Amino acid sequence: MDPVIFLIQCLNAVQYGLLLFLVASGLTLIFGIMGIINLAHGSFYMVGAYMAFALQPLIAQHLGAGFIATLLACVALATLMGYFLEWAFYSFLYRRDHLQQVLMTYGLILVFEELRTLVIDNDVHGVPVPDWLQGSIPLGGVMTYPAYRLFISAVCLLVAGLMYWVLTRTRLGMMIRAGSSNREMIDSLGIDINRLFRIVFAIGVALAALAGAVAAPVSSVYPGMGNAVLIICFVVVVIGGIGSIRGAFVAAMLVGFVDTFGQVFFPAAAGVMVYLLMAAVLLFRPEGLFRQG
Amino acid sequence: MKKITTCGTLAALLALGAGTASAGVKVGFMLPYSGTYAKLGEAIENGFRLYVEEQGGKLAGQDLEYFKVDDESNPAKAPENANRLIKRDQVDILIGTVHSGVAMALAKAAKGSDTTLIIPNAGADAITGPLCSKNIFRSSFSNWQPGYAMGPVAAEKGYKTAITITWNYAAGKESTDGFKESFEKAGGKVVENLTLPFPKVEFQPLLTEIASIKPDVVYTFFAGGGAVKFVQDYAASGLDKTIPLLGSGFLTDGTLEAQGDAAKGILTTLHYADGLDTPRDNAFRASYEKQYPGMAPDVYAVQGYDAAQMLEAGLKAVNGDVSRKDELRTAIRSATIDSPRGKFTLSKAGNPVQDIYLRQVQGGHNQDIGVAVQALADPARGCKL
Repeated sequence: MDPVIFLIQCLNAVQYGLLLFLVASGLTLIFGIMGIINLAHGSFYMVGAYMAFALQPLIAQHLGAGFIATLLACVALATLMGYFLEWAFYSFLYRRDHLQQVLMTYGLILVFEELRTLVIDNDVHGVPVPDWLQGSIPLGGVMTYPAYRLFISAVCLLVAGLMYWVLTRTRLGMMIRAGSSNREMIDSLGIDINRLFRIVFAIGVALAALAGAVAAPVSSVYPGMGNAVLIICFVVVVIGGIGSIRGAFVAAMLVGFVDTFGQVFFPAAAGVMVYLLMAAVLLFRPEGLFRQG
Repeated sequence: MKKITTCGTLAALLALGAGTASAGVKVGFMLPYSGTYAKLGEAIENGFRLYVEEQGGKLAGQDLEYFKVDDESNPAKAPENANRLIKRDQVDILIGTVHSGVAMALAKAAKGSDTTLIIPNAGADAITGPLCSKNIFRSSFSNWQPGYAMGPVAAEKGYKTAITITWNYAAGKESTDGFKESFEKAGGKVVENLTLPFPKVEFQPLLTEIASIKPDVVYTFFAGGGAVKFVQDYAASGLDKTIPLLGSGFLTDGTLEAQGDAAKGILTTLHYADGLDTPRDNAFRASYEKQYPGMAPDVYAVQGYDAAQMLEAGLKAVNGDVSRKDELRTAIRSATIDSPRGKFTLSKAGNPVQDIYLRQVQGGHNQDIGVAVQALADPARGCKL
C-alpha cells in the first residue's frame, strides 16, 4: 500500500474511532455505574442529530448565532431530557432484572422513532456544514480531507480530555468512580446515590446527543439512524470493559482501525471483522480490556 | 320438474345478484404505510387511485373495492400479511410492494394461491427471473435495467476503467452487475467492485481506496440515507473534481434536498425523470398535483398509476370478469401501457420493456437529458416462461 494512502486510512480510522468513543462513553457510564442496559442510547444519538437539524435554522434566525451555539443548545436540551427520563422512567429500573430493563428501553426506542415521525417526518434531511468549516485540506493528489471531519475529531478529543479531567480531578469524578466500584458503600457514606445517578444519566444522554449533533452534517439525519450506532457502541463498551471510560477510548480506537482496514483488506468479511475482534478479546479477557475506572 | 325450475331461477337470481350487488373487483394493497418507506407506499396508492378516478371511479365498467395491509417493509411478516389479503379478504388482484424481500414472499404467496400480482416498485431481478410466473407482473423496473443502461453512456464518454461501489446486498449487486455487463461489452473495464455491509454509511475508507486506484469513473447504487451521505462524502473528499460519479436513479431520487450542492451535475439512469415534458407526462403531473395538493408526483406515483393501467388492460379483455384469470393475464402481458414515462410493453416474464432515461441533477431536479437505452428488456435469466 502506498504510504500516503496508508496514512489517510489511519486518519480515517482515528476519526471514526473518536466519534465512536463519544457515543460509547455515555453508554459505558450509564451501563457501568447505574447497571442499566440502555438500548435507547442510539435514540439519544438520533435525538441529538435531529435537534441539530431542527435548531440550527432557528438559532441562526433568532439569535444570529452559529453552529457552536447549536451544539451547546443541543447539549443543554439533552441534559434536561436526561434528567427528566431518569426521573420518569429509569429510576424505577435499578432494582429490576435485565429483562425488564431491556423491555423498557426497547420500548423507548419505538417511542422516539414514532415521535420523530410525528414531529419531523420520515424523510432524509441534510444538515449544512457551517461556513467557516467548509474548506478542505488537500491530501495525496486526488483526495482532499474535509475540514469538518477534523473539527469532529477535535470536539471528540476535547470531550475526552474534559471527561478525563472530571473523572480524575473533581469531587464528582471521585463519586462516580466510587459508585462504579461499590454502590452500597458510597450510599452508606452519605452520598446521595439517586442524585448522583441522575447526574450521570444526564451526562450520558448529553454525550450521545452531542455525538449525534456533531456528526449530523456528515451523516445527514434519517429514520433509524440510532440503531446502527447502538450496536457498534455496545461492541465498544464490551471490548473496553463495562464502565471503563479509558477502556471505551482504547476499544473505540481498536474498532476504528479494525473496521477501516477490514474494509480495505478483507472486503468480503468487512461486516464481521469487528465482531471477530470482540470475540477474540472476550476469549482472553472476559471482562474486557480494562476493568473499571 | 317444478323443483328444478325453482332451483334454476334461484341460481339465476343468485348469479345476477353476484353480478350487480357486490363490488366488481377486489383489489388488495400490500404496501408500506409505516416506517422508512411509508411515503413511497402512499405515493403508489395515490397514483393507482388517481388513474381509477380519471376513469370515473371504475375500471372496465367495474367498481373497485380496496383492502389495505401495512407490510411494514418486514419480510418476516410478509407471508402472514399476504395471506390476510388472499385468504381473509379474498382479493382478486394484489398490488405490492416496495421492499424486495417482502415482494419475494408476496410473489410466492401469489403463486401458491394463483392470485394475480402487480408489483409497483420492488426491483429484485429474481421476481421476473427464477421466480417468474404467469400471474406475476411488475409496473416498475428490475435492478438490472438502470445499471445496464449506464454502461454504454460511460463508454461513450470515453471512460476506460471504472470502480463500482454499493452495499453488499442483492439490489446493489444486481445494479452494479448490470453496469459491469454493458460497460465491459462496450470495451471498458471494471477494475474493482467495492462493497460495504448494509446499511453501513462509513464510506471514508472506500473513498480512500478509490483515490488510490484512480479509475476514470465511479458507478454506484445507494438509496435513501446512504445515498445522501455517499454523495456528500464523495464531494467532500474532492474526488468529484477528477473522477465523475454515475449512479442508478435512486441515488438522487427523493434525496436531492438533503444532498444540496454536493449532487450538482451527477448523471443517473432511471425509467423516469422530473420534467420529461411530454404531453402525457405533463397531463399526469398536473392531474396528480390537483388531486393531491402539496405532493410532487414522483417515480413511485407513476408506478402505482401504471399498475392501475395494467389492471385495466386485463379487465377490459375479459369484460370485467376476474374469474377468467388466464385471459386477463394474457391481456396484461400483451398490453401497451401509455405511461407518463412513455409507452411501454411487458416482457414474457412480466417486466416493463422501457426506455431508460439519462438524467442530470440540475437546479434541484433530475433533468432528463436524453434516452440512455431505448426499449430495454430485462434478460429474465432463469425464467422458464
